[in-house]
Amino acid sequence: MKILVAVKRVVDYNVKVRPKSDGSDVDLANVKMSINPFCEIAVEEAVRLAEKGLATEVVAVSVGPKQAQEQLRTALALGADRAVLVETDESLEPLAIAKCLKAVCDAESPDIILMGKQAIDGDNNQTGQMLSALLDCSQATFASELTLDGGKAVVIREVDGGLQTLELSLPAIVTSDLRLNEPRYASLPNIMKAKRKSLDVKTPDDLGVSIAPRVTLLGVELPAERQAGIKVDDVAMLVDKLKNEAKVIS
Amino acid sequence: MSLDFDSARLNNSHLTAEHEEWRAQLRRFFDREVIPFADQWDEDGALPDELWPKAAAVGILGLGYPEEFGGVSEGIDIWHKNILNEELARIAVGGLSATLMVHGIGLPPVLNFASEAIKQEVAPPVLAGTKRISLAITEPGAGSDVAHLTTTARLDGDHYVVNGSKTYITGGMNANWFTTAVRTGGEGAGGVSALLIPADLEGVSRTALDKKQGWWCSDTATIYFDNVRVPAANLVGQENRGFSVIMTNFNAERLAMSASMEAFSRVCLEDAVNWGRERKTFGQRLADHQVIRHKIAEMKQRINSTQCYLNQICAEVQAGREYAGDIALLKVQSSQTMEFCAREAMQILGGMGYMRGNRVERIYREVRVNAIGGGSEEIMRDLAARQYGL
Ligand SMILES: Cc1cc2nc3c(=O)[nH]c(=O)nc-3n(C[C@H](O)[C@H](O)[C@H](O)COP(=O)(O)OP(=O)(O)OC[C@H]3O[C@@H](n4cnc5c(N)ncnc54)[C@H](O)[C@@H]3O)c2cc1C
Ligand SMILES: Cc1cc2nc3c(=O)[nH]c(=O)nc-3n(C[C@H](O)[C@H](O)[C@H](O)COP(=O)(O)OP(=O)(O)OC[C@H]3O[C@@H](n4cnc5c(N)ncnc54)[C@H](O)[C@@H]3O)c2cc1C
Repeated sequence: MKILVAVKRVVDYNVKVRPKSDGSDVDLANVKMSINPFCEIAVEEAVRLAEKGLATEVVAVSVGPKQAQEQLRTALALGADRAVLVETDESLEPLAIAKCLKAVCDAESPDIILMGKQAIDGDNNQTGQMLSALLDCSQATFASELTLDGGKAVVIREVDGGLQTLELSLPAIVTSDLRLNEPRYASLPNIMKAKRKSLDVKTPDDLGVSIAPRVTLLGVELPAERQAGIKVDDVAMLVDKLKNEAKVIS
Repeated sequence: MSLDFDSARLNNSHLTAEHEEWRAQLRRFFDREVIPFADQWDEDGALPDELWPKAAAVGILGLGYPEEFGGVSEGIDIWHKNILNEELARIAVGGLSATLMVHGIGLPPVLNFASEAIKQEVAPPVLAGTKRISLAITEPGAGSDVAHLTTTARLDGDHYVVNGSKTYITGGMNANWFTTAVRTGGEGAGGVSALLIPADLEGVSRTALDKKQGWWCSDTATIYFDNVRVPAANLVGQENRGFSVIMTNFNAERLAMSASMEAFSRVCLEDAVNWGRERKTFGQRLADHQVIRHKIAEMKQRINSTQCYLNQICAEVQAGREYAGDIALLKVQSSQTMEFCAREAMQILGGMGYMRGNRVERIYREVRVNAIGGGSEEIMRDLAARQYGL
């Protein structure tokens, strides 16, 4: 069984992002970048399946700039067998990424595609679902548990008010939630070994994919600062404020 | 360019993607497994035993040691070690790295000079974090003046009989072995040998030195040897050649301390800058008062020069050239930078900095042990003057 795991390069979760001074986008100059935490969980899950002997190969794929090789090296250090970078400096929307991943899947024919449920940069939560539509294969999003049973995958998902269990025929897409596992630390020997694993670079053109944007970004601004709250004296005053100041009741 | 811990590090052209990956993984490990608890460990005066095997699994304990003993040496260079020391310093609990990494001074003499059997017995469990080794040189009557130590080891058949005591021994309460400097011959440096003494031999006893200015989480001990019979095969290097065994060890220790002190200084800078930007006095941010701006600029100035000196020396060492005098002065440069930055950061933090539970306060109380241990500033200058043939 072959697993393909998608890995995105995003702003490190510790960084406080700011808009550019002209408000045209988020300022990413000299900002620390890391592997998307949900992708890291997906990599960990893939590696665990391989360690249990349930998967024979784990291929990490990223779509992004040349520097996304760093995140692929992280995936290799965590235990992926080889990596593919679809290299582009264009800004990428979920659909463009899903199309690139589809092209890679067509070439690799994985049985399971593991992805993060969302990336912490755009928080779109779309790529896995779009890829499932493009590949016309089954999907389970927000996975908190994944087991392989014969030719099927059984996924427990976190949904409002409880857990839902799905049985999927393969190939299938599984997107990870926070509680799927706790990723390991890549050890120094594995970091050194990752250097020797293969990392193929392709372009969207090589794959025959158009990544032209379909959404226009109008502007980026900080959320309005919260004003200090006040204490109301009684219920009558509260109702009055809600009615006349906040205008949330009438 | 800015003044936080990472951006205050000057560009180092020797660093590769693997170095950065090593830094990233270390940071993740420390951020999750160590930093949330480290201040409390320091207050409690002890480190949890699990820390050793956890650190071993990530590759921290084995860094730079031969693969045959469970270390990682292939492709490893001095920059991997500096990165580890920087990330350890970022925890800002001085006693933690001093104790966790004490095998860094205790183990190399064994690996470089002991018999194959001893290496096989000692190195694998130490690098796996299941056993510990300390370095025991200092005595109540001999610190800087190592050549005058008085602990004796008298050959009796196939054993040495050891008598005397060692003090200020880091990790001493929990060590399984002591790499010990003993007198086997006449007076002075020419009568000194290095001997590996298992802590469980009859006649070895120890007491804790548990009220220190800093390094609270570190177990510092006085060790007593009372007619301890140590197998002669535990000799590390040749008899009466122990002084050079000890001296070769010092360069690496001083380099590691320098990398760590430079990074401690950057922690002070970062915290001072953050506070200076936030705190207002007399209608302005502290960072807008010229006096404070100059303090910060001077911290950065001294940090910059320490980094350049450190990186220059490390590039030389990496190329196989080691100058003890330059390394000794680097240690002085680093402890003075740390002292200055700890002082100025503490001053900028004002009353808040004096309260326990912040990184600057912790680093402030670790200045002296860095300026004294591993060779005091005075002794370092003296050594350098001699090395330069003055
Ligand atoms: C927390 C801690 C942990 C330690 N861990 C270890 C350990 O693990 N193993 C170990 O072996 N040792 C350890 N040491 C001991 C340390 O190496 C010594 O403290 C250090 O070498 C200085 O020796 P001393 O304390 O005896 O001071 P002394 O040698 O008595 O020196 C006192 C002062 O006089 C100055 N001085 C001495 N001689 C001269 C001279 N000729 N000219 C000018 N000035 C001079 C020194 O610079 C110093 O300022 C540790 C010390 C501390 C505090
Ligand atoms: C243990 C302890 C006991 C104390 N006991 C008492 C007590 O009994 N009663 C009491 O009233 N107070 C007490 N204090 C408070 C003490 O007086 C204040 O800490 C001190 O006045 C400094 O104020 P601050 O801590 O707010 O620092 P800040 O005023 O915030 O100053 C921080 C730093 O900025 C510098 N700075 C501030 N403004 C300027 C400027 N314009 N130009 C250049 N530099 C500037 C200061 O010199 C200082 O280095 C105590 C403090 C401590 C730590």
